[in-house]
Amino acid sequence: MGVTNMLHIEIDGKQIDVAEGSTVMDAADTLGIYIPRFCYHKKLSVAANCRMCLVDVEKAGKPLPACATPVTDGMKVATKSEKAIRAQKGVMEFLLINHPLDCPICDQGGECQLQDLAVGYGGSSSRYTEVKRVVVNKNLGSLIATDMTRCIHCTRCVRFGQEIGGVMELGQAARGEHSEIMPFISQTVDSELSGNMIDLCPVGALTSKPFRYTARTWELSRRASISPHDSLGANLSVHTMQERVMRVLPRDNEAVNECWLADRDRFSYEAMNSDQRLTTPMIKQDGLWRATDWQTALEYVAHGLADIKAKHGADAIGMLATPHSTLEELYLLQKLARGLECGNIDHRLRQSDFSADAVQRGAPWLGQSIEALAQSDAVLVIGSTLRKDHPLLAHRLRQAVKRGAKLNLINPVDDDLLCRVAHKAIVAPSVMVNTLAQVLKSAAQEKNIELGIVYRDALAHVTPNAAAQAMAQSLAAGQRIAIVLGNMAQHHPQAATLHSLALELARVLGARFGFLGEAANSVGAYIAGAWPRGSGMNAAQMLATPRQAYVLLNVEAELDSYDAQQALAAMMSAQMVVVLSAFKHLAADYADVMLPIAPFTETSGTFINTEGRVQSFNAVVKPRGETRPAWKVLRVLGNLLQLPGFDYNSTEQVRQELLASGETDVPGMLDNVLKEAVLTDVSVKVNGIERIGEVPIYQLDAIVRRAPSLQVTQDAQNPRAWVNAALLHQLGVSEGEAILLKQGAGQAHLAVACDDRLPDNCVRVAAAHPMTANLGGLFGAISVERA
Amino acid sequence: MTEKVILNTLDYPEPGTLANYERTGGYQALKKILAEKITSEAIITEVKASGLRGRGGAGFPTGLKWSFIPRHFKGVKYIVCNSDEGEPGTFKDRDILRYNPHSVIEGMLIAGYTLDAQTGYNYIHGEIWREYELFEQALDDARAAGLLGKNILGSDFSFELYAHHGFGAYICGEETALLESIEGKKGQPRFKPPFPASFGLYGRPTVINNTETFANIPYIVRNGGQKFLELGKPNNGGTKLFSVSGPVNKPGNYEVPLGLPFTELLQMAGGMREGRKLKAVIPGGSSVPLLPAEIMMQCTMDYDSLAKAGSMLGAGSVILIDDSVCMVRALERLSYFYFEESCGQCTPCREGAGWLYRVVQRIERGQGRPEDLDLLIDVSKNIGGRTICGLGDAAATPVQSFIQHFRSEFEHHIEHKRCVDGCH
Repeated sequence: MGVTNMLHIEIDGKQIDVAEGSTVMDAADTLGIYIPRFCYHKKLSVAANCRMCLVDVEKAGKPLPACATPVTDGMKVATKSEKAIRAQKGVMEFLLINHPLDCPICDQGGECQLQDLAVGYGGSSSRYTEVKRVVVNKNLGSLIATDMTRCIHCTRCVRFGQEIGGVMELGQAARGEHSEIMPFISQTVDSELSGNMIDLCPVGALTSKPFRYTARTWELSRRASISPHDSLGANLSVHTMQERVMRVLPRDNEAVNECWLADRDRFSYEAMNSDQRLTTPMIKQDGLWRATDWQTALEYVAHGLADIKAKHGADAIGMLATPHSTLEELYLLQKLARGLECGNIDHRLRQSDFSADAVQRGAPWLGQSIEALAQSDAVLVIGSTLRKDHPLLAHRLRQAVKRGAKLNLINPVDDDLLCRVAHKAIVAPSVMVNTLAQVLKSAAQEKNIELGIVYRDALAHVTPNAAAQAMAQSLAAGQRIAIVLGNMAQHHPQAATLHSLALELARVLGARFGFLGEAANSVGAYIAGAWPRGSGMNAAQMLATPRQAYVLLNVEAELDSYDAQQALAAMMSAQMVVVLSAFKHLAADYADVMLPIAPFTETSGTFINTEGRVQSFNAVVKPRGETRPAWKVLRVLGNLLQLPGFDYNSTEQVRQELLASGETDVPGMLDNVLKEAVLTDVSVKVNGIERIGEVPIYQLDAIVRRAPSLQVTQDAQNPRAWVNAALLHQLGVSEGEAILLKQGAGQAHLAVACDDRLPDNCVRVAAAHPMTANLGGLFGAISVERA
Repeated sequence: MTEKVILNTLDYPEPGTLANYERTGGYQALKKILAEKITSEAIITEVKASGLRGRGGAGFPTGLKWSFIPRHFKGVKYIVCNSDEGEPGTFKDRDILRYNPHSVIEGMLIAGYTLDAQTGYNYIHGEIWREYELFEQALDDARAAGLLGKNILGSDFSFELYAHHGFGAYICGEETALLESIEGKKGQPRFKPPFPASFGLYGRPTVINNTETFANIPYIVRNGGQKFLELGKPNNGGTKLFSVSGPVNKPGNYEVPLGLPFTELLQMAGGMREGRKLKAVIPGGSSVPLLPAEIMMQCTMDYDSLAKAGSMLGAGSVILIDDSVCMVRALERLSYFYFEESCGQCTPCREGAGWLYRVVQRIERGQGRPEDLDLLIDVSKNIGGRTICGLGDAAATPVQSFIQHFRSEFEHHIEHKRCVDGCH
C-alpha cells in the first residue's frame, strides 16, 4: 500500500484534510455537515442521479453533486450558499411535482426522506398544475409491497440487487417520465436479502408487506435485540407497539451485519404474533391436553423426572436443546441435568459424527472475525448451502470475491452463489472426504510441506486429480487464506474426518480455519456446557437408544434432528417428554407436558455468534399469555428438584456464573484444533443412491417455520426430490411426477425435479420439513423408486 | 468552388465504394503512416495543428482529446465512432456513411494506430438501417483489401472495426450512454469524471469522436494540418457539413469552409422558397439557441462567430424558420422531443422536460396563463446545468431562446388563445 495523499478542503468555512479519492460528500459527512441526498448510500455505488446534493464549488460554473465530486486539494465548497440552495430547492420541486402529496395515507409517512427534506427544501405550495404521473404497482412477492407512483428513481434498490444481493432483480425500464422500476416481466423479488430494499427506499415506493398499514413510525418503541437464527448474530432494532412486535429493522454494526439484514432475521417476528404460540402450560391426561397453572405443571415435571431417576437412574433422562436457545437457558439446562447426575445433554441435534468430542479442546468457531473472513483472498468452503445457511456471510464472501478473492468449493450441491467461483468440486456427500484429502495431499506437494504422520498414512492411497490440484494451487496462491466447514460438513457422517483434514490443510497452507456455525448460539451452547463433555450421551446416542424421559428446550425433535425418523420413534417410546417451547407443535403427539417459554423477544439473554462475539439483549415485549422466560422455568425446576445453586434473580447473574470476567473469558474457550486427528476411511463411497439432506432457509428453527410471509416465498416451496438428468432417466420418471423415497422404516412421496448440477446417484431432499419428517438421516443411503 | 474533404466522392456514380474512395486519395494516409512508421506524436501534432474541432456538437479540439489517452498504457484501448445522429435537424453523418464510409474507416484506423488501440466500434443510429448495412459492406470490402484485421498491409499494426447499430434512442448519442449501450446496458449517460479517455468502453481508455471528425482525419494526415486549417479560418479549421432544412429551395447537406457567411450558405441552398420570409434560424441542431433572422444574417458559419452571436455551431444542423411558423407551436414540437427522449436517469431532466412540454402545450392550446412564461424560464434554469449529461441543457435551451427572442408571440398566444395573424 502506498502512502495516501491527503487533500485539503474547506466546506462552509470548516477545514479538513481527507484522503485522496474522497468525495465532497465524504468530507462533509466527516465534518458533520449535512448535505441533502436521496440516491447516495454509503454502501452502494455512486449514481449521482437524484441531484439533491448539488453544492456550490468554487471555480465551478455549475453546482456539482457532492456525492460524485472528488475532492481536489484546496477546494472550497459552500453547501448553503444561494447557488447551492437554489439548486437543491429546484431539485426538490422536480421531485415533488409527480410525487403524490398524500403523506397521511402513505405507509412511509413519518420516516420518509422525501417528506423530511421537503420540509427544509420544498415550497409550501406547488407551481405544478399539470396532471401527475401514475405508475402501475408490481407484485414483488410476499415481502415487499409497492406503491410505484411514489418512486423517485433513485435506483438504490436496483444497485442493491446488483452490488449487494448479487442478482439484479429490479431494474429501471423505459425512458424519461415513463421510466419505471420493475422486475423482469412477472417475476418476483426472491433474493434472501430482499428486505433491505425496503430500508433503502427513501420514499414509500417499496414498503414491508407484512408491516404495511399496521402502525405509524412514531407509535413504535425501538428496542435493541439480536437475531436468533443463523450464527452471524445480526443486530436488530425491534419495533414494538403495545407489547407486540410490529417489525424488525437492522441495527448498524459494521463488524457483524453492517447495515443489512437477511429476510429471515427481518420477517421471522411474525411467528411471535401468530396463533401458533403456546400460551398456557398444558398437561396431557388420559390422552387429552388440559391447560393448567404453572405450579401444577412444574411440580408434575419435577416429580416425573425425580421418579424416572429413582426408578431407572439419571441416565434414563435425555436433555436436548437447540442452539437457538440463549446462553443462560443452555447453561441452566445443563446445570439441571448435571444436578440430577445426568450427563445426557446436547444441542447438536443435526450432527451425526461425534468422534471429535473426545479430542476437542474448546468450542468450535469461525476461527477469525467476520471482518477478517471478508478480507480473505483465498477461501475454501466445504459443505454449505452458503446463501441459504448464512445469507450475510455469503454476501461478505461475495464482496471478497469482487475484490479479487478466489472462492473454492467442495460441496454436494452447486447452487448459484452469485459470484465467481474459482474452482469447485461438486461431489456426492460421501466423496467429499476423499476430495478434501486430495486437495490436502496436493497442497502439501504444492507447498513442499510434509504431512503429519497420521495423515500420510491415511492418505497413502489418495491420488489428487487435476481438479484437486487446481484448487490446491488456487488456495496456495493466497496470502490471507480461510478454510471453513459449513453446516453440511458439520452434519456429515464423517464430520470429524473432514474437520481433521481441513485442520491439516490449514496448517499446510498457513490458513485460518473455522466453522460457519449453524445457529445463533452454536458457540454459546458449547461454552454453556450444553454437550456431554465426554461423560454422557450425545444427541445421537440419546435418540438411538431411547431414554425414558426427555426434556426438550425449543426442540421439535422430528424437524431438528439428524435422523427425524429415529428422533420421533424415541419420543414416542419415552415415558415422559417435557417440551419447553414458545409454540404448539407436533410434540402434541408425544409430549406429556408443554411449557410455554418466551421466544427471544420476550426474555433477556445472550447469544455468542460464530466469531465468539458475546451479544446480550433484553426482552422487547412482555411474555405473551402465561408464557415465562425459560431461564425462570429452569430455575424453578431446579428449586423444585432441590438442586443447589438455582437462586438467580436475573440472566446477568446466570451469565456471570458462567463467564466470571464477562466476555473476555470467551476467546480462551474457543479452539478448533483437535488434540489429535480423527481419521476414518477417506475412500468411503456409498453404494447406490445417497441423500443430500439440507435444512431449507425458512425451516431452520421453530420461529421461522411459523413466519407466514416467509413461508410463502419461493425459498419456502415444498421440498422436492432433486436429481440429475442421468438419475431421472434411470428412474424412468419425468419432472414433476411423484416418487417414493425410503430410508429405514420411513418413506415420503415427493415430486421429482431435475438439477443437472447435482452429482451422480444423489437425491437432494430437504430435511426439517413435515413432508420429509418420516425419513432417516440427512446423509447416507436412500432408496428412490417410482411412486 | 472550394476543395471538399468528405463529400468529394460524389462526383462518381456509386460514390461510397472503396475504389472511388481510393480515387480521391483514400487510404494513402494509412499507407504513408505504415510505410514511414510515423510516430503517434507526429500525428497528434498534425491533428492539433489542423484546428479540427469535434463535429458532433461540442466542438472540442480533436488533437487535444487524443492527447488525453494514455498512449503508453499497455492494456486494451478502444476507438469509438459516434454515428448516433438523432437530433432534429441533423442528417450529415447519414450522408457520410452513405457516400464516403471509407473515410470514417480510415480515420478510425489512423486513430487506432495513433493511440495504440486494436479495436473500434462505429455506433450507428437505429433509424438509418440502410446506412448501417452500407457500412457493414464497406467494412467487408476493407477487410478483403487487407485494410482491416490482423497485420494491416503487412505491417505489425492490427485493427478490427465493428459496426454496431442502436435502436433510435436520442440519448445514445451522448458519448457515455453510447458506451453503455455498446456494453449491452440501458443507454444512460455516466457521471463524469471519469471521462472516456481514462474510463471508457468496458472501463478502458477510449477515444470517441463523431463520424465527420473521423472522416476529416485522412485528409489532415495526407495533406498536413496546416492545409486543413487553411481551408477554414483560425481556430476553426477545415470544411464543415451543414444540414440545411426548412423552407429553402434546395434543402440538404453542404460541405463548405468554416467561416462562410450564412447568407452564402442560404444562397447555396437555393434561397428561401417563394413568398417565405426568414424569421429565425437554429444554426446547430435543435439543442442550440435559436437566433432571429436579422442576427443570423450577420453571422459566418463557424464556432466562434455563432458563439459570439449567442448560439452554437453544434452539429451544423441549420434549421430555418419562416414567418408562417408559430413559434409556440415550434417550441411545443421541440419540447415534446426532449420530453420523449429524456433518459429518465436524473431528476431535473426526467421531471422538468415533461413539465416544460406540458406548459408549452397548454399555451399552444389556448390555456396559457400570464405567469407561464416566467415559470417556463425558471423551470428551464432549474434544469440547465443541473443534470448528468447535456440533455437537460438541450431541453432548457430552446425554451429560453424562443421566449427571449419571440416573447411577444407567446404573450399573444396567452392573451388571445391563438397564433399571431399569418402563423399556424
